[in-house]
Amino acid sequence: MIEARELTKRYGDKTVVDNLSFTVKAGEVTGFLGPNGAGKSTTMRMVVGLDSPTKGSVTVGGRSYAKHAAPLHEIGTLLEAKSVHPGRSAFNHLMALAYTHGISRRRVDEVIELAGLTSVAGKRVGAFSLGMGQRLGIASALLADPAIVMLDEPVNGLDPEGVLWVRNLLRGLADEGRAVMLSSHLMSETALIADHLVIIGRGRLLADTTVDDFTREASGGGVRVATTEARKLRSLLAGPDITISSSSAEELLVTGRDAREIGAIAAQHGVALYELTPQAVSLEAAFMDLTRDVVEYQSAPADTERKAA
Amino acid sequence: MPATALRRNRRPGKHQNLSAAPDPKTPTTPTTKYKVTGIRVLRSEWSKFWTLRSTLITLGVAVFLLVLFGAIASYTYSPDAVATSGPPGPGSSSGDSNAVSLAVTGVSFAQLAIGVLGVLLAAGEYSTGMIRSTLAAVPRRLPVLWSKAAVIGPIALVLTTLGALAAFQLGTPGLDGEKIALSLGDDGVLRSLAGAGLYLGLVAVFGVALGVLLRNSAGAIAALVGVLLILPGLASLLPDSWYDTLSPYFPSNAGSAVYALHQSSDALSPGAGLAVFAGWVALTLAGAAYRLVKTDV
Repeated sequence: MIEARELTKRYGDKTVVDNLSFTVKAGEVTGFLGPNGAGKSTTMRMVVGLDSPTKGSVTVGGRSYAKHAAPLHEIGTLLEAKSVHPGRSAFNHLMALAYTHGISRRRVDEVIELAGLTSVAGKRVGAFSLGMGQRLGIASALLADPAIVMLDEPVNGLDPEGVLWVRNLLRGLADEGRAVMLSSHLMSETALIADHLVIIGRGRLLADTTVDDFTREASGGGVRVATTEARKLRSLLAGPDITISSSSAEELLVTGRDAREIGAIAAQHGVALYELTPQAVSLEAAFMDLTRDVVEYQSAPADTERKAA
Repeated sequence: MPATALRRNRRPGKHQNLSAAPDPKTPTTPTTKYKVTGIRVLRSEWSKFWTLRSTLITLGVAVFLLVLFGAIASYTYSPDAVATSGPPGPGSSSGDSNAVSLAVTGVSFAQLAIGVLGVLLAAGEYSTGMIRSTLAAVPRRLPVLWSKAAVIGPIALVLTTLGALAAFQLGTPGLDGEKIALSLGDDGVLRSLAGAGLYLGLVAVFGVALGVLLRNSAGAIAALVGVLLILPGLASLLPDSWYDTLSPYFPSNAGSAVYALHQSSDALSPGAGLAVFAGWVALTLAGAAYRLVKTDV
């Protein structure tokens, strides 16, 4: 379990992390979200003692990180980019870390295999692609069989197969009772993996919620329905607390009824539907709404969407 | 609290999947076997040292330069050419040549290579980001610095001592019949050659200290060259009386006293030179330790 209490980090007069409190619980995947420059990486560095907080504190499994006899066994970390000497092979890198904790060579082979690096374990890390680097980072995070796994942007640079692998891996780790924390600036990606969300912007806590709650609030986007009998369907669906708008003659946007209900009503009355889509896409939009005021590097409006994606 | 209880209860289950337990039959004795100890950090740094090609090359170059220049100096020695032979630098300025001073001619080159080796071992971790992995594994940090010093110091000491011996032995036939010829058994010869190794071992540690202190290879190498080669020259701008008093205590001058066969009038004794140079190294190490513990990485 990670517990941050009023964590604050200032560089000169710039406050990067501002009075941040949150908890990462065992058995859950906690998504740590925020736009670029929100202070995610700095927070994670403070968790493992690489940066010291200006104010406040953070504990890992009840103690500050440096006080553990076997820190890597408490929390395994993947920090941003490569924290590896490019001249060393993946195997030797993991071995060097393993020696500090008395971890066996067998365990090193095990995580290499787990990360799918067996065929390149003897290669210099400098020759690795971004994706392979990420896999090596994840392998080192899991090396000491940690109770907590903390990953900074783990899917960065991974191919679709790798993304799926990470997703399943993290789910599995949480199901085994470990605490998993991963940072991302992509809401949609995180919502697929995480149970819990900690959203920050400019170092401040914006939301501490569950994915379910966040999704429920966000999905006020309604259901998009396409039919040639839009007028008829509109009157069939109408009711109190239900709003229906339309952007074209054959399209309705319904809020207040879910897709199932709408489909059933349409079938009952013999209205053919060509499309019935819950507007769940608005997760990303809801996230951007939440963080709009605190985006550190604001881009020109036309760019906004591409940047978020 | 419930969350902790949950973890404790459920953690044994993980051993079926991701277990490190070498003995699957006893999956319930997990947490105690992993522990960071000084010896283990040392083991880790030892392995890091030998698994980088750049370290091995630099180390090889240092020993090669030491042997090569020592042997060449002995073979090209001629009594008429007086003491101007050999490159400028500590060791060559202390009066007339002798078999030992010729054999250790290479020290002034080897010290740069060996110092750079120390710098790379330390500052290289900062420039590559490896330091984050290292310090996440050893969050108390200081054992990393001590281990780096404890690994590179003895390695450099042993190999350069052997190198100095080899240079001397290789050079001996070249001095055959010359007045200055000496053999290993002669007074002070072994002490001087071992002194060269001792000096270079300390230079390697000095490099590590500079690397951790400055966290930047280029800066640390510049500082190394500055202290070992340029400082003595710059200091000659001081008023003579000051210079005469201070110059024996400069790192490089104190260091060259360690491996001089005969103590020259303006230098420290080998023992005092060793103490002074070790003091400089210790001072730099202390600065490095302070920065390592105090500042973020």
